[in-house]
Amino acid sequence: MSGSPWSSFDNIARSSTPTLLLLFLVVLGQLPFSLPGDSAVTPYFVLMAVFYWGLHRSDLLPAGVVFLIGLLQDALEGEPFGVNAFVLIAVYWFVASQQRHFAGRPFMVVWLVFALVAMSAESLRWLLVSVLTTTLIGPWSVTFEYLMTVALYPVLTLAFVLAQKTLPRGGGNFMD
Amino acid sequence: MRASVSIRHGAQRSTFALFLLLAVGIMLIGKADPTLYERTRMMIADIATPVIGALSSPVAAGAELIEEAKHLLVAYDENTALREENERLRHWHAVAQGLESENARLRSLLNFAPEAEAAFITGRIIGDSGGAFLRSVLVDVGAREGVRKGVAAVDNNGLVGRVAEVGQRSARILLITDLNSRIPVFVGDNRERAILAGDNSDLARLVYLPPERSVGPGDLVITSGHGGAFPAGLPVGVIVATGADGGGELRVQPFLSPDRLEFVRLMDFGLTGVLQDQDLGLVSQ
Repeated sequence: MSGSPWSSFDNIARSSTPTLLLLFLVVLGQLPFSLPGDSAVTPYFVLMAVFYWGLHRSDLLPAGVVFLIGLLQDALEGEPFGVNAFVLIAVYWFVASQQRHFAGRPFMVVWLVFALVAMSAESLRWLLVSVLTTTLIGPWSVTFEYLMTVALYPVLTLAFVLAQKTLPRGGGNFMD
Repeated sequence: MRASVSIRHGAQRSTFALFLLLAVGIMLIGKADPTLYERTRMMIADIATPVIGALSSPVAAGAELIEEAKHLLVAYDENTALREENERLRHWHAVAQGLESENARLRSLLNFAPEAEAAFITGRIIGDSGGAFLRSVLVDVGAREGVRKGVAAVDNNGLVGRVAEVGQRSARILLITDLNSRIPVFVGDNRERAILAGDNSDLARLVYLPPERSVGPGDLVITSGHGGAFPAGLPVGVIVATGADGGGELRVQPFLSPDRLEFVRLMDFGLTGVLQDQDLGLVSQ
């Protein structure tokens, strides 16, 4: 890295954008959005971010960060420890290793892939929580959360694209 | 170039596999020693509380603004309805005052041991997991303010839940609609005993209701105080009948409305009940 200390500081700050975004989304998922009449189910924001950055700039999002974010999500949501960490790492692994198949595809295709990935992720999460708490959890609220997550993906993508424009070039994916 | 890429692939693969194994390990340890994770969880919640608390204020303000705008639209009708209700409540107020003084006189006649006075701690709800799996909320008061595990959480409508985990400056409240919530209750005028069980839906179930029951839709559900965890007489909800013809299973519509929850009072009656917890080193009052 060349240039003044300032430009390298700037680079570090920009490179940590995905991490900071993920942190922000975990907290956002905890805020009590009291939309009148809803049953208070928030979408799985972090999953969208992990999917997006895994697809586009996995060089800027170390697997360790995804793991820790998963643990943070577990702690704040009160889910059994390790569940979100497991699900997010599994999704991240899949997306980052398959990203060359999706690069340059139309958004509708990517959205469809996201819908499938999110379905597997939510099913896995449901299964893990059910097994770890040894209670059969009703599938309705998970299904609702899943549908909200898929529906909001385009909106979040827009925000991620804007964030990505501020990032330093180069890098790309570590699986390129 | 090719070789280095495949080495990198291999390294990445083993990193991912390692993290997956680590997550499995963490899940298994958590299953074996739940209190360790409970403490860790509340430690993390304590650290996150100021951040979530700061961010949740504008969100609450925004929601309030929307709510107020909606109120403005229906202000006239609402005002008329409230006037009528106020008339009715005035009447009941007078009745209640009479009953209260009568009750006090009778109690003194009978030398009735009074119930313990409750200590209140009011907390703001800063976090709502929005749970697909759990119905719980995070409040911004904890052991520092004297919150203990197991105390009842109420809002102005009635019982909200109980404190399940306590940190230094935050606490997690398990809502009565959560899958793991079991509360001993009285149902109806005959005070039939039952257990109110949540199942993560907005309505709760009644279990262990006697088979020759005399309860029906519209009956009030209040806490019974059995088990010693909760005081008796906190309003919980009303019975509703499910199913198209109203002939389905009896369920309880709690007074709790999670989407309107903003502040809760944690009521400490000094009851320890079945929920004693020494190893958290909590402040007792």
